[in-house]
Amino acid sequence: MTDLERVSSLPQDERVLLMPLVRTTTTFWIWAAIMVAITLWGAYAYIYQLRHGLGSTGLNTPEYWGIYIICFVFFIGISHAGTLISAILRVANAEWRRSITRSAEFITVLVIGFGAIQPVLDLGRPDRVLNVLLHSQAFSPLLWDVLSIGLYFTASSTYLYIPMIPDLARIRDLGLHPRWLYSFLAIGYTDTPKSRQTLEKMIGILAIVVIPIAISVHTVIGWIFALTLRPMWHSAIFGPYFVMGAIFSGIAALIIAMAILRRVYNLGAYFKDVHFNNMGLLLLVMSAIWFYFTLAENITVWYGGEEAELATLYSKLTGSFAFPFWLMVACCTIIPFGLMCRKATRTVSGTVVASVAVVIGMWLERFNIVVPTSLHPRVGVSLTHYFPSWVELSIMAGTFSGFILVYMIATKYFPIISIWEIQEGREISVSDVSERVAGYLPDDMDTVKS
Amino acid sequence: MARWGMVIDLDLCNGCQACEIACRSENNIAVGGSQAADENRTISWMKVHAETEGEWPQVRTKFIPQPCMHCDRPPCTMVCPVGATALDSEGIVNQIYARCIGCRYCANACPYLAKYFNWHSPSYPESTLPGLNPDVSIRPVGVIEKCTFCSHRLQLAREQSKAEGRPMREEDYIPACAESCPTRAIVFGDLENRNHRVAELAADPRAFRQEEGLGTHPKVYYLSEKD
Repeated sequence: MTDLERVSSLPQDERVLLMPLVRTTTTFWIWAAIMVAITLWGAYAYIYQLRHGLGSTGLNTPEYWGIYIICFVFFIGISHAGTLISAILRVANAEWRRSITRSAEFITVLVIGFGAIQPVLDLGRPDRVLNVLLHSQAFSPLLWDVLSIGLYFTASSTYLYIPMIPDLARIRDLGLHPRWLYSFLAIGYTDTPKSRQTLEKMIGILAIVVIPIAISVHTVIGWIFALTLRPMWHSAIFGPYFVMGAIFSGIAALIIAMAILRRVYNLGAYFKDVHFNNMGLLLLVMSAIWFYFTLAENITVWYGGEEAELATLYSKLTGSFAFPFWLMVACCTIIPFGLMCRKATRTVSGTVVASVAVVIGMWLERFNIVVPTSLHPRVGVSLTHYFPSWVELSIMAGTFSGFILVYMIATKYFPIISIWEIQEGREISVSDVSERVAGYLPDDMDTVKS
Repeated sequence: MARWGMVIDLDLCNGCQACEIACRSENNIAVGGSQAADENRTISWMKVHAETEGEWPQVRTKFIPQPCMHCDRPPCTMVCPVGATALDSEGIVNQIYARCIGCRYCANACPYLAKYFNWHSPSYPESTLPGLNPDVSIRPVGVIEKCTFCSHRLQLAREQSKAEGRPMREEDYIPACAESCPTRAIVFGDLENRNHRVAELAADPRAFRQEEGLGTHPKVYYLSEKD
């Protein structure tokens, strides 16, 4: 019996959710080939940069940081999709999370590497990157960053893996190929009530532990900028602003991923309209918070009126960065808020449009943070502008396609929706929730001791 | 312990840029040519900024020579993840070219733009090759470099005075820029030594430092122009 026949004879949840593991369409191969081609092109661009030095970028003095640092903040931001959103939904006992946590956690684990390599791509001497460990200077925010991203990657991989064990054990028992992979990853797990209880306890602890770790990661990234004295970087709001923005872009990325998965793997029964509606509401709340934070950031600079700060601010509001700035405002607030505040547009396509806008807007936000400040030093006048070179743009395209590629591959080896959690939801959710709600209702007066 | 510092009298500076040239040849600064200039990637440890005020016929140009400020509280050293830049015991902010990973965090942290990055491999016109200074190492592509107050001259001066069995004199250690200044606008010495002219000038009522409000405590003082 082939793997396909084996899976086809299973009951609905397992049949539908394991099908991508055993059946690969031509469309998949075409997209994979396109992604491989773009990724290889990006790799070629990096080799070119290695040979010719950072002179092959569009960077200059004082525009020391550009596309790579923007993408660094952007990708690490996207990585907050998974762990943080899934952890918060788990901790909050949101029952609708069951079908979306796995796909979110996969985004985290797979995108974080593409984010973490960005500062290395940006190094003048990548051959000396190990100096960060050999000659660590503990006072440097960059070192805190290395540590917090390392910790975050470890924690979120564990947080992806542990809840996947029962599914891996099930796949192992079905005997799907490659057998060695599943029997290795299932680490001898058998689904007894006792082991399930241990597992859920671990998940419960992990979900709480990863939240402060995830917050620390983007806070420290914000501090890389905020701890310098540069105009509009030296801002107390940056830590929280970055965390909030990360969650915002993470939710948007997750909505896009869900919509694509739903379409290509026929998961309409699992990623239902209600999921997009709820995610859309999260997006709505975050876009309002984003507006509030952005307003707070800019109004303090404007009212304070310090000369160096104002030069940077006005370059964004009315100067040479007005286009990316106001496009960012449109993409992060007007479009998502406008679409998500009405139930009629909180549909699959409505949330996807809003999410694409948010992803673009959040990339622009990082551009608007990195570039205008760089070009407005306190001392001296900068006459330069920043135009990324083909090398930078190719590497950026390569990292985007690289992430999409590994995500596509991941869906071919692992069920992208947690099978056991869906089944558990079918079995116990309704009674659990009814019990919970019953617990909220007022008690009978006679039974209450005063 | 000495605390090396510099005073630049803006009244005496006539913008001749001899300090820039002296610095370039003393410290083997790469010659980027017009391409580097177009790309804003030139390196100039000592740079004479010109600020033009007013409109014709009432035009005034101010010249402000700008080396590294050698801050006593340098923002650049704090952020370096590998300790490749540090404040030494005599107040000089140094740079270890062999350790620098080229992240450019220090360059971003410096409010004075005194840190320069090697975007390309250093290049020198054929004619300047015989004149390269054997006391100063050439920086490879991908690292940060900066003004060192010609600290190699300090080493030489120290060795010299030791060999001659005498204490170091004020004129023993002078950076190339100060040495070459035809109007003697640049004065260098030990800010802690009352006998050094630099200590006296730094206490002058005309003395100020760039961006003093940032709390970086620069050791390069300027004497403002008398109107």
